[in-house]
Amino acid sequence: MSQLFWTTVIAGGLLAGTPLMFTALGESISERAGVLNIGLEGMMLVGAYCGYLGAHYGHSIWVGYLTGILGGMSGALIMAVLCVRLGLDQIVVGIAITLAGEGITSVLYQNQFSSTQPRLGAAPSNPIPLLDQIPILGKPVNGQAPLFSQPLIVYLGLAFAAVLAWIFRSTNIGLNLRAAGEKPEALDAAGVSVVATRTFAVLSTGALAGLGGAYLSIVGAGGFQPFLTQGQGFMAIVIAMLARGRPLGVVVASFFFGITISLGTALQAAGVTDIPDNLIHALPFVAIILALILFARRSYLPPALALPYVRGAR
Amino acid sequence: MSDAQLPIEAPLRQARFQDTGLRWGSRLADVVIRSIVPVVLALVAGGILLLALGVNPLTFYSDVWKYGVSDGNWQQSAVTMVPLLLIAVGLIVVFRANLWNLGYNGQFALAAAFVAGFGPSLVQDVPLWFAFVLLFLLAAAVGAGWAFVPGFLKARYGTNEIITTLMMSFIGIDLADYLIKGQFQDPAIQTPQTEAIPLDKLLPPIPGTSIDVSLLVAFTAVLVVHYVLTRTAFGLRLHVLGANPKAARHVGIKLPQLTIAAFVISGALIGMAAAAYVLSPFWGYVRADQIPTYGDSIIPFVFLARLNALAVVPFVAFYAVLSTGGDFAASQANLPTDFLLVLVGLILLFMTIIEYLGRRRELGGSYVPAGLRQSLRSPLRKPAEAEAE
Amino acid sequence: MSPSPREGETVNDAPLVELVGISKAYPGVLANDDVTLSVRRGEVHCLLGENGAGKSTLIGILSGLVRPDSGRIRIDGRDVSIDSPRQALAHGIGTVYQHSTLIPELTVLENLMLGDTRSLRLDSAGAGKRLRELADQLAVEIDPHEKALDLALGRQQQVEIVKALWRGSRVLVLDEPTSMLTPQAFSELERVVVRLKEQGQGIIFITHKLHEALSLGDRISVLRQGRFVGELDKQQLESTSVDDLRSTIVRLMFGDEAPAAADAAELREDITQIEQEHDRRRAAVGETVLELDDVSVAGSGTEIGIEHVSLRLGLQEILGVAGVDGNGQQALAEVVAGQRHPTSGEIRFFDAPITRLSVHARQKLGLRYVTDDRLGEGTVPPLSVSLNLFLKRIGHRPFWKFGRLQKRLVDRKAGELVKEFDVRTPSISTRAGTLSGGNIQKVMLARELSFEPKVVIFNKPTYGLDLKTTTTVRNTIRELADGGGAALVISTDLDELIEICDRIAVISRGRLVGVVENGRGVAEEIGTLMVGAETMEAAA
Repeated sequence: MSQLFWTTVIAGGLLAGTPLMFTALGESISERAGVLNIGLEGMMLVGAYCGYLGAHYGHSIWVGYLTGILGGMSGALIMAVLCVRLGLDQIVVGIAITLAGEGITSVLYQNQFSSTQPRLGAAPSNPIPLLDQIPILGKPVNGQAPLFSQPLIVYLGLAFAAVLAWIFRSTNIGLNLRAAGEKPEALDAAGVSVVATRTFAVLSTGALAGLGGAYLSIVGAGGFQPFLTQGQGFMAIVIAMLARGRPLGVVVASFFFGITISLGTALQAAGVTDIPDNLIHALPFVAIILALILFARRSYLPPALALPYVRGAR
Repeated sequence: MSDAQLPIEAPLRQARFQDTGLRWGSRLADVVIRSIVPVVLALVAGGILLLALGVNPLTFYSDVWKYGVSDGNWQQSAVTMVPLLLIAVGLIVVFRANLWNLGYNGQFALAAAFVAGFGPSLVQDVPLWFAFVLLFLLAAAVGAGWAFVPGFLKARYGTNEIITTLMMSFIGIDLADYLIKGQFQDPAIQTPQTEAIPLDKLLPPIPGTSIDVSLLVAFTAVLVVHYVLTRTAFGLRLHVLGANPKAARHVGIKLPQLTIAAFVISGALIGMAAAAYVLSPFWGYVRADQIPTYGDSIIPFVFLARLNALAVVPFVAFYAVLSTGGDFAASQANLPTDFLLVLVGLILLFMTIIEYLGRRRELGGSYVPAGLRQSLRSPLRKPAEAEAE
Repeated sequence: MSPSPREGETVNDAPLVELVGISKAYPGVLANDDVTLSVRRGEVHCLLGENGAGKSTLIGILSGLVRPDSGRIRIDGRDVSIDSPRQALAHGIGTVYQHSTLIPELTVLENLMLGDTRSLRLDSAGAGKRLRELADQLAVEIDPHEKALDLALGRQQQVEIVKALWRGSRVLVLDEPTSMLTPQAFSELERVVVRLKEQGQGIIFITHKLHEALSLGDRISVLRQGRFVGELDKQQLESTSVDDLRSTIVRLMFGDEAPAAADAAELREDITQIEQEHDRRRAAVGETVLELDDVSVAGSGTEIGIEHVSLRLGLQEILGVAGVDGNGQQALAEVVAGQRHPTSGEIRFFDAPITRLSVHARQKLGLRYVTDDRLGEGTVPPLSVSLNLFLKRIGHRPFWKFGRLQKRLVDRKAGELVKEFDVRTPSISTRAGTLSGGNIQKVMLARELSFEPKVVIFNKPTYGLDLKTTTTVRNTIRELADGGGAALVISTDLDELIEICDRIAVISRGRLVGVVENGRGVAEEIGTLMVGAETMEAAA
């Protein structure tokens, strides 16, 4: 297995893992607070489309990231109002958001761009000087960009993961999120609004999922296509669960699943061409199921997950 | 209870769709409002979206009617209705038990691939009716087998079935596409699709119509499922499991067996939907990467019908018209058919909102989810009042 | 007896907190009807009333969880409105709720820091300091880094009191703090309360147990059916004899039902009559009908299991299982009922092994289980009363034939059972969830005690019920035993167990730490056993 292969594996893992990472980091905030976002796939997809729109019309990837964030938050807003505020069923609303998100992005995209299908330019990368000369880890080969030659947003994302870990551990908001997921009555009795805490969580999740989707369309695909996310939103939910809400775990798991998503490209680079496309495409999903079977026992889920909170009900 | 089991069971026990104990007349009105209003609202909202896209909603919706119902087109809608109806009852069986079989797309695709793969040779080698039966059974077996995996994982390890069924769905579709391009590929042509079963070897029509006999299969399935769910011990067990797994365990219901049975039955029905689809005179083959995902669109109607197999029929009929007419109306308007997915998502959203408003009204303004409402009331009952009951 | 007017009171005597004319209605019930209550500095004001009298609602209003429909709240004489727990805390009203508001997975310090939003970062050092301050004030010792779920119940309560006092409070509200305490723990609580009193705190102490109110209270107010029906002030409490006080209060609490109520365990302190009863019953106990032989059950999730439990239940015996909630009672009940299988050991029923038998098989043999979770486990609220009565017979003859429901038979038998067990319901087709708590309990009793019950497990059978239903249930248990059956009664209410049981087993951390004969001084004995077990656990 050549240097090209390994570089491609790592580069592919990063490329495909970054959208997962952003989305899963977002979901870990919600799950910590007791909200399960089945609609994550829809939020990510809307983020992907809005990100694409922003990058295309705004001629800047940063505009794209911003519009992607806003797009993701719009889906989250529905969750926040219907599920957190009104206490409606999180799973049914989540399914609705995913279906509506899939439908709307597909319709809007085909309505606007089906004839032209404009592609975005390649995203610029921000190589770290010196480190980017290290083989496999740093040096880009054949257009594949490994760890130390990533776009800036990736480094920001990794930094954010560290910040999130600190927030969870050492701040009041982190404690409130935890309480909202463990025992919302206790949080309420302590004088903190459970609705406000969970709303904050859900909107943050939407923002991050939108960013993940935007990265997927802007950097990953260089364009948009209906149903682009192909189940990655659901994969992010699992990653958040398996990592037990720990940001570091999320980063590692995202990278690993990113590899399963991009393995096809790596194998081609290694000259292995006879494995059928469809089976390679199925690999990440098989990996998720295996991970669930093997590790689900160890995933700790907050007792109040997916339970709406209503004051005074016993 | 396995530690890996998500506490998703718990909130769903709050009986989303339980009746509220109102008297007959107002209850009927209540049910009608809750079922019709979300659809109407979604159509209106969809109309606004159409306007935004530069399409005249009135033209669009009247086209839907024109191509879905008028001039004998209703028969085409009825044909579309068959797989939809079978999927709908397949979903009702599991949802009753609060088990989320969201893997319907994969189960459907794989069963369709197998029927389309083995169909062409089977209909030539074996008496036609026998072939149909075998193919339906094959489809049921494939769907059931694919649904068995997540069902088993849930029953044995408590693995969350929302995720596993979704993942299996993607894998199933990939597997189906792979088989169609490989084993089941029509050797005579380039496009990735199966060999087409000749028209005279496909399901015959009901005499006097152009609707094929699988409609009868679908109606029979509806009746059987409804009977089982409402009159038999098995159906009651599913209902208890759906209301509360704790209670199910308490009364001695064997959860693992029941869970697996529910998934398998669901998969079988969805598989049969695929058989009806492939063997209908309009198709006879499947094409890779283009297997329909009917289940996505049917879900809201399953909920609107309160998980009642009989009640779901008019809803499915409505959607069949919307889908058949909508396909044509969409192409007339230069709109992708995914627009229907938007309508479906909107229906679900409006439905949850209407449910909330309905509950709020009953309780005189104080909102409490149904199951919790009961326990809130009882401890505050004055002893004297309790006696007066 | 009405509250005496407070003419000419000096400022020092002004009530810290006053509720005036508070009313609150829920659909179908008036929980509080024009209630007035106050508490002064350095005073313990006990609020007495049976279950359903409206005490919890009043506390909810005071602590900001519930908004009253009418009435006023005054703090230091000024009218205020309390719209949320945050405002209640800001006004200096600290509440220790009946159901713990500590988060099990968090440490003591984290639980205490919760809600303090003055800064972004968590101030562990500052919090640790405050904890030490308050712990000294209460004269107790608390480890800040222990997880809440590892705390013993008495210590847990102390933490809750610290939490209530955390932001500086003038009034401490204790909502039924003693329902699960041992006599020793109660004395400790008393000690803490007295200390707080001496430091000038006003304390509102809610209970349904008369002897506690008499022991602790400087003033006693009585609520009945949502209304304030009388108050005994300090002077009256000191000058009247205990017996007179008791009968006055009982009359206030129960009105016309007073004579019958006087027999209830909560109200009696002397047990000579109980002793005679028990001697008679004990003599009638026969051969072993249920035996657990070294049974261990694994825990599940947050519930702990049981380890090496051996116990015997005799014919016509009522055996109690005492212990703090969550010490393995659930596992014990479920393994006997057949909902769970033991990892080791054997269970015998009339000498025949039943360890592997299903719930249904055990039902048929006459082994039944009345669970404590009425709406979440014992009944299926959306189903009709009649179906609920036969939930444990689904699919079996004669109510199901070839899998098909025999509706007429079910309805007929359901009608009989509803009559026999006095279940108040509009009809047998009514959804079980709409019934009152007491009637839901009766539905469960009807189900488990029909078709020749032999041995029945009762888990917290009278929890949250009004006195009349409570008495009915306890009599039903007695009748079962006297009529040739046997009962295993699991309860956190020691008074209840002392009233009806012949022997009482004590369970702690999944182990059976002793079985005592009911008699004089049994409460202290049990308390000692429970404390002893905790001490051993802590030392381990």
